[in-house]
Amino acid sequence: MSNAVEPRGLSKIGLQINGWLVYLFFYAPIVLLVIFSFSDSRNVGKWGGFTLGWYEQFIDSSNARNALENSIKIAIVVTIISVILGTMSALALERFTFKGKRVFDALLYLPIIIPDVTMAVMLLLFFGEFFEILDNLFGLQLRKGFWSISISHIAFNISFVSVVVRARLAGMSRDLEEAAVDLYASRWKAFRHVTFPQILPGIAGGALLAMTLSLDDVVITQFVAGPGWTTLPVYVFGLIRKGVTPLINSISVIMLVSSMLLVGLSLLAERTRRGG
Amino acid sequence: MRKRKHTDHVVEVATPEFEKAAQKKESRRGLLMALPSYLYLILFFVIPLGIVLIYSFATRNRFGGTDLSGWNLESYERIAEPIVRTILFRSLWLAILTTVICLVIAYPFAYYLSTRKPTIRNVMLVFVMIPFWTNFLVRNYAWRVILGNDGPFTKVTEFFGLGTHELLFSQKAVVLGLVYGYLPFMILPLYAAIERIDGQLLEASRDLYGNGWQSFKNVLLPLSMPGVIAGSILVFVPSLGAYVTPEILGGAKTTLLGSYIVTQFLTARNWPFGAALSFVLMAVMLLMTIIYFRKGGRTL
Amino acid sequence: MTAAVELRGITKKFGDVIAVDNVDLTIQDGEFFSLLGPSGCGKTTTLRMIAGLEFPTEGSLSIFGEEVGTLAPNKRSVNTVFQNYALFPHLTVLDNVGFGLKMQGVAKKETKERSMEMIELVQLAGLETRKPSQMSGGQQQRVALARALVNQPKVLLLDEPLGALDLKLRQEMQLELKKLQRDVGISFVFVTHDQEEALTMSDRIAVMHEGKLLQVASPEEIYESPANRFVADFIGRTNLLDGTTSDNETVVLSNGTSIRAQNTFPEGTKVSISIRPERTEITQRSEPSDSLSSIQGTVETITYLGNARVYGVKFTWLSIEVREENRPDLEVFNVGDDVTVHWEHDAISVVKD
Repeated sequence: MSNAVEPRGLSKIGLQINGWLVYLFFYAPIVLLVIFSFSDSRNVGKWGGFTLGWYEQFIDSSNARNALENSIKIAIVVTIISVILGTMSALALERFTFKGKRVFDALLYLPIIIPDVTMAVMLLLFFGEFFEILDNLFGLQLRKGFWSISISHIAFNISFVSVVVRARLAGMSRDLEEAAVDLYASRWKAFRHVTFPQILPGIAGGALLAMTLSLDDVVITQFVAGPGWTTLPVYVFGLIRKGVTPLINSISVIMLVSSMLLVGLSLLAERTRRGG
Repeated sequence: MRKRKHTDHVVEVATPEFEKAAQKKESRRGLLMALPSYLYLILFFVIPLGIVLIYSFATRNRFGGTDLSGWNLESYERIAEPIVRTILFRSLWLAILTTVICLVIAYPFAYYLSTRKPTIRNVMLVFVMIPFWTNFLVRNYAWRVILGNDGPFTKVTEFFGLGTHELLFSQKAVVLGLVYGYLPFMILPLYAAIERIDGQLLEASRDLYGNGWQSFKNVLLPLSMPGVIAGSILVFVPSLGAYVTPEILGGAKTTLLGSYIVTQFLTARNWPFGAALSFVLMAVMLLMTIIYFRKGGRTL
Repeated sequence: MTAAVELRGITKKFGDVIAVDNVDLTIQDGEFFSLLGPSGCGKTTTLRMIAGLEFPTEGSLSIFGEEVGTLAPNKRSVNTVFQNYALFPHLTVLDNVGFGLKMQGVAKKETKERSMEMIELVQLAGLETRKPSQMSGGQQQRVALARALVNQPKVLLLDEPLGALDLKLRQEMQLELKKLQRDVGISFVFVTHDQEEALTMSDRIAVMHEGKLLQVASPEEIYESPANRFVADFIGRTNLLDGTTSDNETVVLSNGTSIRAQNTFPEGTKVSISIRPERTEITQRSEPSDSLSSIQGTVETITYLGNARVYGVKFTWLSIEVREENRPDLEVFNVGDDVTVHWEHDAISVVKD
């Protein structure tokens, strides 16, 4: 709203207060969590003097470190595969017509709409049956873990990446691709030199989203993770349910900081790209 | 000047047959690009969905396993049982409550945002985006710390002489957690919708003797309706299926649909019933989404 | 003269819609050729087929004698200036201009030299490191031209390239484009819906309507002897009076008035006569006049244009537009004046629907 009507009088003050309260609501819990992660008290919400002890405990905990490592490994694999598949789907949907396009389009939306819990149930039952079939047919004894989690994360992330990339593609004029082929570029070169640089911010955004969703997921991962093989959020979730300890504070802050770092980096990348 | 090879071979004269063949080739190319994802989703989404449907008609055996035989509708019939109905209605009620609260907070905020100068607006937007991108589990956990025993919340209530208020493990805490988690989902589409509205329309409304309330009711609200609908669905859908928030902030008396389904699989071991419940949950979401698209919504 | 582009029986269908209908057209080497018509007439589709961005449904299309109808666009030695320029936003001016050469595998050094030369030719020297978004519409237009011409195409295609510019800049660019075309010597195929632009710039014009080619001729011929009623109406302003031929010298208008009008149609053909407003004269009714080349009426409206006045003269059954130069020796009339509108007999053209 470029020339919006400036609110007046009471409504203006009301809007302002509401604005500040929203930010307070967003950030106060986060700030408090960070503060308490340095608190030398067994009570998670009480200040007992400064300490780095909970972070040391995190570093010493091989379970937590393992879970973190697993999370990162999975996030990387999931991001790469989802970005490739999601971008290809976006291109197919935005730039081509083909048989079954409408069905594919609808199918691609489903993993976004469907509740986590339903998807978790679906994949739990699927891997149960799938592994049993593989066992019966080939005598393969597969266990749930890295691959079952990665496969599940990719199953919903393809859709998210494709939505983000599609939005970018839809905003890109087809003239540019036509100009490229008119200027002697083959279709591949037109993609590489024109389309790809144009949709790169969309792809980066999609990658960030995929990585974040993979690092965040609790419900689905919990259902498809095998015994002794878990990711950091599932590990933390388990800890919380057993009873809160200040260790959780420190792990939470680490997760918090890393996701903020990710977003910060992407915003920075966006800015330098625009400036350059 | 470099000579371009103009033609290596004889170029065919255009015919309807050639055009058709070219279109077919192009269409195959598109299908080929979609194919990997298509197959992936069929294998890891459609088939699992089918399995859930099949399981929902199966029977639970005495050992907590599932017999894929003796097909019946029992699992769906159980949904009418009072205890299940209570959980269903409670989930529905909390999801609606969460949506309404988010809407009431987010609408004036989004409007305020859209009246700011572009530079300030961008900064404000970034600070809405950050919670949106931060780990959901951690953000819920932060409330556990705040509302916990002897925590900051109690300190505040005691300071104001309100005595100790036990908020944790109540429905209020769950709604608080859900609002906290999903508020950005409401703000962003609302802002997008309001920002698109031409400010002159509001000026015109004022010019035509509409007061603030009338301008809001007759101009701003109808024009921002797509944002209201989009935001409401984005908040309502995950709230209805919420699992993490009630597990962390809720208690035994606040079992919601999401947790109830999980229980069927992990502890009660009644897979057919759990499958039926998740199928119903999904059907509700799909229905709502279809309604949204029918109403002309575009963004998801 | 050799034919640069030749279309034989070209038809393009999109589903059931016929965008271009059985068009035969020859564009000579070195001419400035315009495809003119209202939007949706098939002119842009025709251009896109020459570029290769669209394949014809049927027919033969050749460039300098070689059939290219179904050849991919990147294998044709024609280049296009797009309607909104379609400059690559992520590349500098230099890289935009050098894009075609790079794609053809021309050495980097040569690409840079030739691009710089072309940038100078279009008077953008010093701006080569800018991004398109940092340039004005007119400058972007020049970049688009340079980007196409640097490849030394055999034919340059231009799709309403001046549409986005404001009037003054557009007129400047018209002259510049025309000069550029003479300098490089290749044929330009120029798509426009603006008849004035087409008349100003073209050696020949093809008027299209609903996918069909109505007339291909020089600007003078199209203006003076339009092939049919649509062309007469579309090109310039004109008065169209419906009637029937009575012989090769005379047309009887629908109210029975006879007008001298040379034509080649058989007796009794339904026709319209086209009288250009600027080819008519307006005088006091009292003055004598030739009844076969004049009509009497009353001034109904006057539009003052600065350099001219346009009178709307009302007759019993129709009104007519008369344009008079704003010269001191010409009498000025007022609304309500009884006047006679008359013309030289060669001011008239007779057209069929």
